[in-house]
Amino acid sequence: MSKDTPLVEIRNLVIEGKSDNQWQPIVKGLDLTLNRGEVLGLIGESGAGKSTLGLAAMGFVRDGCRFAEGTVHFDGTELTNSDWETRRGLRSTRIAYVAQSAAASFNPAFQLIEQHVEFPVLRQTHTAEEAREDAIALYEKLRLPDPGNIGFRYPHQVSGGQLQRAMTAMAMACRPDLIIFDEPTTALDVTTQIEVLSAIRNIVEEFGTAAIYITHDLAVVAQMASKLMILRHGEIVEEAPTGQILTSPKEDYTRSLWAVRSFATEHKKEPSPEAQPVLSLQSVTATYPGMAWPVLKDVSIDFHAGRTVAIVGESGSGKSTLARTITGLLPPDSGTVLLEGKELPGQYKNRSKDQLRQAQMIYQIADTALNPKQKIRDIIGRPMQFYRGLKGRELTEEVRALLSAIELDPDTYIDRLPSELSGGQKQRIGIARALAAKPKFIICDEVTSALDQLVAEGILKLLDKLQREFELSYMFITHDISTVRAIADEVVVMKTGQIVEQGSRDQIFSPPHEAYTDLLLSSVPEMDPTWLTRLLEERASKELSEL
Amino acid sequence: MTSALQKLHNIPATALFGMFVIACYIFVALFAPVIAPYGESEIVAYEFEPWSRDFWLGTDSLGRDMATRMIYGARNTIGIAFVTTLLTFLLGCVAAFLSATLQGWVDQIISRAVDVIISIPTLIFALLLLTIFGTSVYSLIIVIAIIYSTFVFRIARAVAVGIVVMDYVEAAQIRGEGLWWIMSREILPNAAPPLVAEFGLRFCFVFLTISGLSFLGLGIQPPAADWGSMVRENASLITFGDLTPLIPASAIGLLTIAVNFIVDWMLHKASGLKE
Repeated sequence: MSKDTPLVEIRNLVIEGKSDNQWQPIVKGLDLTLNRGEVLGLIGESGAGKSTLGLAAMGFVRDGCRFAEGTVHFDGTELTNSDWETRRGLRSTRIAYVAQSAAASFNPAFQLIEQHVEFPVLRQTHTAEEAREDAIALYEKLRLPDPGNIGFRYPHQVSGGQLQRAMTAMAMACRPDLIIFDEPTTALDVTTQIEVLSAIRNIVEEFGTAAIYITHDLAVVAQMASKLMILRHGEIVEEAPTGQILTSPKEDYTRSLWAVRSFATEHKKEPSPEAQPVLSLQSVTATYPGMAWPVLKDVSIDFHAGRTVAIVGESGSGKSTLARTITGLLPPDSGTVLLEGKELPGQYKNRSKDQLRQAQMIYQIADTALNPKQKIRDIIGRPMQFYRGLKGRELTEEVRALLSAIELDPDTYIDRLPSELSGGQKQRIGIARALAAKPKFIICDEVTSALDQLVAEGILKLLDKLQREFELSYMFITHDISTVRAIADEVVVMKTGQIVEQGSRDQIFSPPHEAYTDLLLSSVPEMDPTWLTRLLEERASKELSEL
Repeated sequence: MTSALQKLHNIPATALFGMFVIACYIFVALFAPVIAPYGESEIVAYEFEPWSRDFWLGTDSLGRDMATRMIYGARNTIGIAFVTTLLTFLLGCVAAFLSATLQGWVDQIISRAVDVIISIPTLIFALLLLTIFGTSVYSLIIVIAIIYSTFVFRIARAVAVGIVVMDYVEAAQIRGEGLWWIMSREILPNAAPPLVAEFGLRFCFVFLTISGLSFLGLGIQPPAADWGSMVRENASLITFGDLTPLIPASAIGLLTIAVNFIVDWMLHKASGLKE
């Protein structure tokens, strides 16, 4: 095909999915043009149709979906009504796909390199020996440690970031013309995300591969794509070059996406030094049964009424373990947990009903935190009934009042099941369940990380409102620095079970930082297309000067 | 009303057939004294009378009316099988949910005890226990329930272990809920679909085992009528070309098929398959 025709040309594409025995449109008449070597960013909330569109570019629809109208041309070949063999021939040789969870996409029973060479050999572009050499060269380009040997490990023997890069290498194996990245860094920590992003960007540039980069994170896609497309409800909201869309978005919806990161709570007064903290950890050390070293080492934190303490750190830093220690699921080896000055028993089983009531928890994933077989009435009503002995009319009244407090209409929602709610509404029910106990202290474990930005912002605002109303003390566990910036009064930075730095929001976010805090903060993507380039240059020059 | 009709329409024909058959069985079992022409163990004629207007299915080896015994047999056999299956599930599920929730040594003790029982062939073990404890209806129910509860335990525990790790169970635990609440309100409703399907299958096995034991003379004791022993008592008729002994046998077969049709449909619904 000639060089002038676009690599991918999608015209008036309609994709329908089957629900309740009816075909509903998921993608509603989209056009998309992608030239060779171009990187397009697809942005949208969950359910916007971005993954469906990404897959459609490979001529693929998920089970239960179908191409209803329109055409998908890849390098001149029509894909929507082509036969299976044609599409199969294109995939992995000319089009490759990098999934969100590399851990779930690799076969755990084979070495990385064996999975890498499978396709080049199958498609007869390389012999097994050549493919292996090429794989090692790619591993080196993606800056994987020990590229000569890492391919001979099994997927569980490498870290998440390395696995994601190994998957990118695998996608590159046949030197495709197009790679589709579906949220490749969403599940990664910010510090790991940088490595993956820069590796992906370099290799895409070097081979001149066209790419479709699907994400819900604007700041990330700004680093990768030259052109952005914003989707909502299966329709295009706006499409423009990255620089233009960042500086002067045309549509209100785009602007609202931009504005999310500007939310911040007011500064609160410092508690007086003699005020008694609601909950206090005093040099707590904890070890999981059967592990040789502690997961929490000498952690001391005070939680005051009406204030939010954010616990920040990468996965494995002990953030969630801290929550388990406070709730009594993992008793500390040494040190104490004080509730209003009185020591809490280490095991939740040994705590009194009132002690249990005072500390509540909101979970990350509302889907698994709410019993799918219980109605909202029972989910929220049970803590009231259990701790406060409410029943009958009184109970119903309280449940309704609480539903109003979390901004859900009692008449509509009180008799629904969790499966009949949206993600954000489920999280609100999770909050209501914690509030129903009338606690003083609430642990929020990554409560917004599974939600879209706009929905997450609503949850943060609600939590802030409730905090002011009920003088609640929050422990806010998160790996998202922008959330911390928005809501924390105090920040605790953790690494490998230890506190690296702790202080007020202003102290932590203004230099000088501890080295680790600095690394963490500088790794948070900014809404500036040149941010990644600058950061990498800075880090490189720092390394040089240190040598 | 229309939505109920709609739902009925969506049920596959096989499951509807199963429901119809079971409804008939239940009707017969409940109204046995009204339907049956004679008393359960009443001797009404000579032995082995042929089929006639007075004795629809002839008479058995003692001169009792076969049709009457078939009707009462439904009551005894199905009733006992149902009670046994209920007890089986009560034992199996409580033990399984205890194992899954408490874990540690409780789980070890129960699971290993179950392993021991499972390792002994079912029928031989049942024969052994019934010989020791005698062949009353109660010991029959308890022995079969204990043996089959081990199979229920295996399934219920596997399902429950997956549910116990859910955050909502953890939330209930740290709320301070008792063991019974967690087992009955948090775990049971979420474990129900596979267990209901298992209930149907297990009912068939229990039913067949009771019939089998009756055939061997260790099940429901005479003069109570039951289909298993009716096959045994009249088996010799087969040699004369009389098909009567096959009637209680096919009553057992038909019920088994009907239950399985319904179970298949429920499993299909529980697994979320569309087509």
